[in-house]
Order: sequence, then C-alpha cells, then structure tokens
Amino acid sequence: MLGNTFILLSASGGGFLSSLNNPNGLNLGDIIVTVLFFTILMVLLKKFAWGPLMGIMDQRAELIANEIEAAENSRLESQKLLEEQRALLKEARDSAQSIVENARKQGETQREELMTAARAEVNRMKEAATLEIATEKEKAVAAVREEFVSLSILAASKVLGKEISEEDNRALIEETIVKAGESR
Amino acid sequence: MNHGNPDNIVILGLNFNPSNILMLFVTCLVVFIIAVLSTRNLQIKPTGMQNFMEWVMDFVKGIIKNNMDWKTGGRFHVLGITLIMFVFVANMLGLPFSIQWKGELWWKSPTADPVITLTLAAMVVILTHYYGVKQLGTKGYFKTYLQPMPFLAPLKIIEEFANTLTLGLRLYGNIFAGEILIGLLATLGAGSAFGLIGAVIPSLAWLGFSVFIGAIQAFIFVMLTMVYMAHKVQTDH
Repeated sequence: MLGNTFILLSASGGGFLSSLNNPNGLNLGDIIVTVLFFTILMVLLKKFAWGPLMGIMDQRAELIANEIEAAENSRLESQKLLEEQRALLKEARDSAQSIVENARKQGETQREELMTAARAEVNRMKEAATLEIATEKEKAVAAVREEFVSLSILAASKVLGKEISEEDNRALIEETIVKAGESR
Repeated sequence: MNHGNPDNIVILGLNFNPSNILMLFVTCLVVFIIAVLSTRNLQIKPTGMQNFMEWVMDFVKGIIKNNMDWKTGGRFHVLGITLIMFVFVANMLGLPFSIQWKGELWWKSPTADPVITLTLAAMVVILTHYYGVKQLGTKGYFKTYLQPMPFLAPLKIIEEFANTLTLGLRLYGNIFAGEILIGLLATLGAGSAFGLIGAVIPSLAWLGFSVFIGAIQAFIFVMLTMVYMAHKVQTDH
C-alpha cells in the first residue's frame, strides 16, 4: 500500500526497483531493515521478556484467586464453628439452669418433708406430754382421795370413839366423797 | 544545522541509509536491554524494574481494552508493548545529543526519518488488514467497506491510505520538529557567551517538552494502532 503511494509519486522514473532506489528518493533497504528489526525485536522480547512476565502475572492472578477462595472457605468454616459453639454454649446454659431448678425443687420438697416430720414429732410429743400430765393428775387425785378417805375414817373413828370397821364403811365413805366432789 | 544524511550504501540493488540502520539497531538494543533487565528476576511479589514493566503491560492492556474486548485483543498485547517501548525509546534517543560527522548526521531519533515512521505505520495497517481477513473471513472483510453505506466505499478505501500517512507523518513531524528546534537552540548556545545565557532556559523547557511529546506520541501511535485494529477486527462497531 505504501509502495503504491510511492509508485504514483515516482512513476515517471524507469523500472520499479530503480525508481524506488534512486539515491534522492526512497530507501527500500531502510524499509526492509525497519520491518526486520522490529519483527526480530518483537520475537526476542516475546521469548525473553514479555512471555515470562505475562506468565508470572497470570501466576499471580491465579495465586490471588486461590487466596481469596481459601479466605472465603476459612471464613465460612469459622462461621460454622462459631455457630456450633454458640449452640453448645446455649445447651450448657440450659442444662445448668435445669440442674439449678431441679436442685431448688428438691431442696424445697426436702424442707417440706422435714417440716412435716418435725411438726408431727412435736404434736406427738405434745400429746404424750398431755397424756402423761393427765395420768399424773389422775394419780395425784386418786392418792389425795385415798389419803382423804383414810383421814376421814381416822377422824370419824376418833369422833365416834369406836372403831369402825374400815371394810364395812369404806364403800359408804367413798360414795359420800364422790357425792361431795360432784356437788362441789 | 545540517540534517543531511550519510551517503547510502547499496547492497543487492537496495539502498540502505547507514545512520538509520545504526539508530534502529541502537533502539532495538536499548529496548531489549531494558526489557530483559527488568524481567530477569521475576517474582510473584514484584520489585523495582519489574513493577515498571508490569505497569507498561497493564497500560497497553488498558489501551487494548478501551478499543475491543480482551478475547480478540489479547493477541495484540505483545505487539502493543513492543511498539510502545520501541517508539518511546526511538523518540528519546535523539534528545540528549546528536552526532554529526563530516557534516553528516549519524546519531538522531530513528523516528525523525519519514521512511521509518511510514514503514511502521504501513506495517501496522497491513497487520490490521491481515487480522481483519483472519477474524471475519474474506467476505466479511470486504463487507466492512460497504458499511455503513455502500456509496461510502471510496471514502473507506481512501481512509486506509490516509490512516497510514497520518499515523506515520504525525510521529515523524513531531519528533523531527523537536530535533530541529533542539539543534537550533544548541547552535545558539554554542555560538557565544550571550547566546549560551539566552539558550539555557528555552533549551531546558524544550527538552522537557520533547520528552513529554515523545511519550505522548508513543502512546498515540499504539492507541491508533489499536483503534484501526478494532475497526477491522470487530463487526459491531
């Protein structure tokens, strides 16, 4: 194409090559050398510089992609672990709560039992004491009564001046005393 | 300031400009040394020069991605990186000094020669046609000339030549003009003590600007390469 341009410009000359190579015109050799040098340079650079450089850049891109993926994975994993730990903690807390609750309930029932037992014991003891007091009192009353009968007989015999048979009158006197006790 | 070239060497009926060949060789050598030095000790965790090269790669990748999807554009990555490094180094070579010997200019920017820039441009455009045919098939390739309207086909054909010319001449013009002005300022500075004082500040300014221009032109060259490539390679554009 470039050749075409210059053919038009220098068409007045003789042959094609001689017109291109006329000393005051175009340097065809320079054109060839430019293209040749540039091509050689490009091939050499591709082999020795750009190729390896592109390789290392691709390698880096791959490395970065891998790193990002690994980071993402470990993030997901830690998220999972965190979730797991949280669940475990919650479970532990729940079970601790239930243990405390149980203990409290158990303590409550035990206390209740103890209280009932104690109360029953107290009642029993009170009753026993009441009973004992009653018997003692009975006993004391009986003793007093007996003493009183004896004294009465003694006094009566003294008053009557004669011995009265204790056996004969005893029943009578006791009856009297009982009557006296009732009327009093 | 004489920008005269050395006499041509004629081998096998072909004319060679020895200064062009020398400078092309130097450019290739410098690019190769920079590239190999910076990629000699490749590491996953990049350091020093490797960072720079990776930045260049990503930069070119960005240019390509701006124009086409990476699936079709990936194959032009190596071309793009080599092109941007080559053009940039070529632009820089003529800035620090130029060497003339017996009135002939030996050391200059190779891109300050229209033959070289037009060759690069033509190479790029021919490559776009090659990949256009490869990607769309011969039928699809010729169909692109009839889009969007069949009567625009002549314009489309002219566009191809215009693209080549502008791509090459833009680079040549920028770099050549920069070198001429640097040469003039250098001549002024070398002329007299008064001239030296007067030339220091404009020289510094213009050198800085030339570095900027060289970088921008390298970027534009690769950018346009990828734009033309995208036009040929993609159907829906």
